[in-house]
Amino acid sequence: MFRIARLIAAKDLRVEMRSRVVTNQVLPFAAIVMVMFAFALNSDAVVSRVAPGLVWLATLFSLLILVQRSFAIENADGATDALRAAGVDPGGIFLGKAMALAAQLAVLEVVLLVSAVVLYSTELRVGGIVLLLVTFVAATVGLALVGTLYGGLAGGVRGRETLLPLLLLPVVAPVLIGATRATESALGTGGATVAEGWPWVGLLGVFVALFSVGGTLAFGPLIEE
Amino acid sequence: MATTDIETPATAVGARAGTGTLFTRFVGLATIVGMAALGVFGLLLSPPDVQQSDSVRILYIHVGTVWVAYVAFAFTALASAAYLWKRTTSLAWDRFAGASAEIGVLFMALTLVAGSLWGRLSWGKFWVWDARVTSTAFMFVTYVGYLAVRGLGGSHHQRARRSAVVALLAVLEIPLVHFSVKLWRGLHQDSSVADRTNVNLHGLMLFSLFISVIAFTLLYVWLLMHRQRVLAMQDAIDNTGLDYALRQRRDEGDL
Repeated sequence: MFRIARLIAAKDLRVEMRSRVVTNQVLPFAAIVMVMFAFALNSDAVVSRVAPGLVWLATLFSLLILVQRSFAIENADGATDALRAAGVDPGGIFLGKAMALAAQLAVLEVVLLVSAVVLYSTELRVGGIVLLLVTFVAATVGLALVGTLYGGLAGGVRGRETLLPLLLLPVVAPVLIGATRATESALGTGGATVAEGWPWVGLLGVFVALFSVGGTLAFGPLIEE
Repeated sequence: MATTDIETPATAVGARAGTGTLFTRFVGLATIVGMAALGVFGLLLSPPDVQQSDSVRILYIHVGTVWVAYVAFAFTALASAAYLWKRTTSLAWDRFAGASAEIGVLFMALTLVAGSLWGRLSWGKFWVWDARVTSTAFMFVTYVGYLAVRGLGGSHHQRARRSAVVALLAVLEIPLVHFSVKLWRGLHQDSSVADRTNVNLHGLMLFSLFISVIAFTLLYVWLLMHRQRVLAMQDAIDNTGLDYALRQRRDEGDL
């Protein structure tokens, strides 16, 4: 299963390397969203106070696009059906696509974090680096898992991509809450301390654990047509 | 041609023309009696609350509808699990899950409306960011999504498997959302439903709430039976609709 997952992930990343859709379209989109937030909030103080939340909101919006892209390449030539017909383990497909999605999300989040530092004058602090890293890893894995799970469901049906945000956003609410609070603690936004952040990382951990098991089991029946 | 025996795809395969039976009529009658009793007790016999005065009467609807919504979603989960269980792959379970979820969404919407009206009167605002209120709203959206998944199309068994998996994922998701919203509110401590509804219930108030739960449960059972049969008829139409249309065209050709 893990060998298949690695192959699928490498395949997805190779498609991205050659098509550059995420690099040329999704990353600039995420950056412009960060600028738009500043226009809407119109206050330096407010923007720097809510910067962690904005980073994660922009991540969620971009996630929706990334997931759609991830399954558009599968549906283009009935690739998923071909994989299923070849008897490839759906759990492996699930983990592989989630790994590729996680890698793309990670790049995206770095861009968003850097743009928060540049645009919102957010400051990183040394004491919070470990918490920040762990938070980003946990949240990225969690988002990639649920994104792949619901993407498989919505993407499997042609022309029904509009369903994805309705299904996905309520599910990722715990990630938005947990990751935002933990990031605030790591950056010291609003006087939050680093110690306050760790319980939120625990919440992210529970989320990852539940959806890695649930997703691996549920993905097969979802894409089976 | 007499209007009474118009042949439809459903009657063509032997489905009955209506969804009522002796039992549904009995349950329907009991629902009417229960609702009438709720009206009498909720509006006339029970006293106004010391703090909330007459706005407390909204709760006689609110409690009944939220109870039904939770029961309906629980049955959706159970029926979905039953469908996925290897030996019971029967579309009846799927239709049961779907009908129950539709009713649950309806009653959850009523719960949110009644609750926010009550909140406006008691707290001065329609919405509070309380953990229970917020996760209830998430539950509502989740099952709206579930119903959308049911409408995706495909064969009946595709629909059934897809929606059953989504229903079981919702069981995974909802406690997690509730837990995280609770943690989130824990840091703010603005208001909590639990603190403010901690009032001593008058005996008649408690009895009115009891009637509310009974009457709305009867309404749920009645709606569920009818809705399930309508869904079964729709599936029958899907199965035979094409054959029926073909036969009609052929008959036209014979004229």
